[in-house]
Amino acid sequence: MKTWQRYNGLILPILVVAAMILWPAITGKAANRESAFTILKAVALASSLNILLGYTGYVSFGHIVFYGFGGYVGLYLLTDKEWSLWSAILAGGLASGILAFLLGKAILRLRGAYFALSTIGINEAMKAFINNFDLFGGPTGITLNFSVYKPYGGAAQALQLCFYIAAGLALLALVTSYIVRTSKFGLGLLAIRENEDAAEVMGVIAPNAKTWAYVLSAIIPGMIGVLFFFKNGNVEPHDAFPLHASIELLVMVMLGGQGTVLGPILGAFAYQGMRGFLVTSPVFKDIQLSVSGALLLMIVLFIPSGAIGWLRQRVAILRRVLA
Amino acid sequence: MTILLSVQGITKRFGGLQALTRITFDLPEGRILGLIGPNGAGKTTLFNAINGVYPPDEGRIIFRGKDVTKAKTYSLARMGLARTHQIVRPLNELSVRENVMVGACFGRENNGLEKAGKIADEVLEFVGLGERSLQLAGSLNVAQKKRLEMARALAARPYLLLLDEVLAGLNSSEIDGMIQTVLNIRKQGVTIIMIEHLMKAVMNISDRIIVLDYGEQIAEGTPEQIAKDERVIEAYLGDPRLAEQLLEEEV
Repeated sequence: MKTWQRYNGLILPILVVAAMILWPAITGKAANRESAFTILKAVALASSLNILLGYTGYVSFGHIVFYGFGGYVGLYLLTDKEWSLWSAILAGGLASGILAFLLGKAILRLRGAYFALSTIGINEAMKAFINNFDLFGGPTGITLNFSVYKPYGGAAQALQLCFYIAAGLALLALVTSYIVRTSKFGLGLLAIRENEDAAEVMGVIAPNAKTWAYVLSAIIPGMIGVLFFFKNGNVEPHDAFPLHASIELLVMVMLGGQGTVLGPILGAFAYQGMRGFLVTSPVFKDIQLSVSGALLLMIVLFIPSGAIGWLRQRVAILRRVLA
Repeated sequence: MTILLSVQGITKRFGGLQALTRITFDLPEGRILGLIGPNGAGKTTLFNAINGVYPPDEGRIIFRGKDVTKAKTYSLARMGLARTHQIVRPLNELSVRENVMVGACFGRENNGLEKAGKIADEVLEFVGLGERSLQLAGSLNVAQKKRLEMARALAARPYLLLLDEVLAGLNSSEIDGMIQTVLNIRKQGVTIIMIEHLMKAVMNISDRIIVLDYGEQIAEGTPEQIAKDERVIEAYLGDPRLAEQLLEEEV
């Protein structure tokens, strides 16, 4: 295989992120930048979840815990320790990675529904813990002082910077996802997804592989958490650990196609688009989560491999382009 | 003659059920050992004990000079022990080639993806699945899935191969093909233990045979000895003349 062909599957993801960066610049509207930020954040989170859900086959209903925990660690360091945004983002990612490593050692022994249930438990337990943890502000959370934006040229400039960092993180998530998908490590994960016992008989060290997949899927959500709550100006327990956001991520991954690099991108776009329509529509605005639930049910019943999976199965040529 | 695998007094209980009772044998390199016995005799349990799926309650297992009694399945795979399953376990949503690459990547040689791909192509050619390489494993028929199991095990380049009823569910021409494949594997120097119900096959290709009944090792010997053993005839073969006949039949 020629070298450039090996990276075919990365072309579309990179083009998509590039388009997201250019869209607000060309139209010059701040509102578009905010929409693009939301989509990029969703792309980064969904792609990360996909490493665990799509490649390894472990359903996490509480993946948002890494986003919230990373966010808290980052904001604590920004306010109390006066770290820079860059170091705080890295520390948030690292903290979530370590959390995933420790949790993984404990709960990745569980399979199927039991694992999924335990991830919900962890999210709720973390929320309750943070609620009572004074260092992180307890129930009132952490609020940033306005002066924190100064080193970045004021609040408006900081927002612009956050947008570029979000794009960078989305790209990082996609490249990570692609590298995992095409690596030996990834092949081991896919084998675990298909049949964990058979994979072990073939020599895949499943406990280690699963733990590293869990860690990889937690780092970028931790970084995104810091970025989002920095931009937001404060973090509170109910904002940091919303269970419904975990489920929305699952819908995005499943809708676009689990186990593919492009799937979570497509899913994030489609879902955010749909959500934008639903929350502004007078009929659906109060029941938009029910619509997500119904959507998840339909996907699982009719197109379990998601949109990209469905296309790959039907159109052979697309298998080369759609990773 | 080097002893590749030494099983020393293996006992396994599941609650009140005595699944294996003090099984003992030595397996020299390059041999084919047949494992026979009625359903529920403990044959697959013995495989599971050897490859670390459930560690035995008593006894020791020595593989290539190392005590592997408590070793994990994946460690044994990396040391050069591969197996197939009676009930096939294809990785359905991966291609046939990727299935075999898993074996090559994580088996004894710990190959990188590129090398594993080459090995997969060779092995698939060897077991006769070369043309199916890009198909999804889930779309194969039973005979092909059995060959795939075999290919995955072989791609690991094992020293010892455990074959669990690779002939079951195949038609007679498929059986002949599979027997040839097993003999060819032996020619490459791989040691084999095979569980098989099809007597003409076991009798013809095994160097030695062990007979299990209710978890006990009731006989061990060459195919000729086994066919004449009274306990074996009583417990398993049934008719003494049938046993003679099986021995004479050509493969």
